[in-house]
Amino acid sequence: MEGPKIYGELFGLPITQTLVNTWIIMVMILVVCAILTKNMQKRPGKAQVIAETIVTVMDNLVAQTMGKDKMRFAPYMLALIMFLAFANTAGIYGLRSPTADLNCTVGLALMTFFMTQFFGLKSKGLGGYLKGYLEPMPFLLPINIIGELANPVSLSFRLFGNLLGGGIIMALLYSALAGLYFFPILIPIPFHFYFDIFSGLLQSFIFTMLTMVFVSMAMD
Amino acid sequence: MIGDANIVDFLLQFLGQFDGIDVIKAFSAIGAGTAMIAGVGPGIGQGFAAGKGAEAVGIRPDSQSDIIRTMLLGAAVAETTGIYGLIVALILLFANPFMG
Repeated sequence: MEGPKIYGELFGLPITQTLVNTWIIMVMILVVCAILTKNMQKRPGKAQVIAETIVTVMDNLVAQTMGKDKMRFAPYMLALIMFLAFANTAGIYGLRSPTADLNCTVGLALMTFFMTQFFGLKSKGLGGYLKGYLEPMPFLLPINIIGELANPVSLSFRLFGNLLGGGIIMALLYSALAGLYFFPILIPIPFHFYFDIFSGLLQSFIFTMLTMVFVSMAMD
Repeated sequence: MIGDANIVDFLLQFLGQFDGIDVIKAFSAIGAGTAMIAGVGPGIGQGFAAGKGAEAVGIRPDSQSDIIRTMLLGAAVAETTGIYGLIVALILLFANPFMG
């Protein structure tokens, strides 16, 4: 699997394949949202039922994981899991996964990190926030700081490593299959199913879940 | 010749007959393979988590969804060290810092 290609420059910033694929995925999510929420009625049609199910499931997950008092995070979490679900399964429709680029995953992990710090500071107050670093013992302060800083690193590397590892295994598989005399059309299907669909959806769920756990842990 | 010389000297002499870049490449490949031994830990950890999850579902089948969610979360956290090993292996193979 090659690194993301660079297509050109915009205001001195490189336009990479990751960026372009993210735009494509954004358009896809917008189209899906537009199709599902078109012509909303009091009595839902098929598309509206799907949309309502997605929102209800996510609301229940947020209420269970973060508590009923933090329901205002539900829209962010739904947006996050939608983006990740589309981005991680990008391999099956032939795009290079944007999350197989460390720039993308570090960006997402930093969003989680700053949310954790900001909402922890906001809900506990400055004193309570700083006191959290001195628990359970004051001399554990360096360990606590390292622990906080390790969160975005482990979040981003987990997503990146899983997606890139899957992509490399798929690329190796395809290069191995290219050496065969007949074209084996059925062999890659189970691998795509595992690495793109199962692993990708699982990783997007886990990233969202860990974001919820970190934010709600920082707040109470 | 080998008998009276030190084994380290012999090894260095043996490696000295190759191009430096080739030696770095060879040892990077060995290092990448060795780094993936890190996969043993998460394998054991995730297997343990899955076993305990199956046990818990056996005891309380009605809270299966909660158990599976918690288990997946724990398995994902246990996976982190293995992913670090994978990153080290990938860096050694594709973005080797020793090759300049």
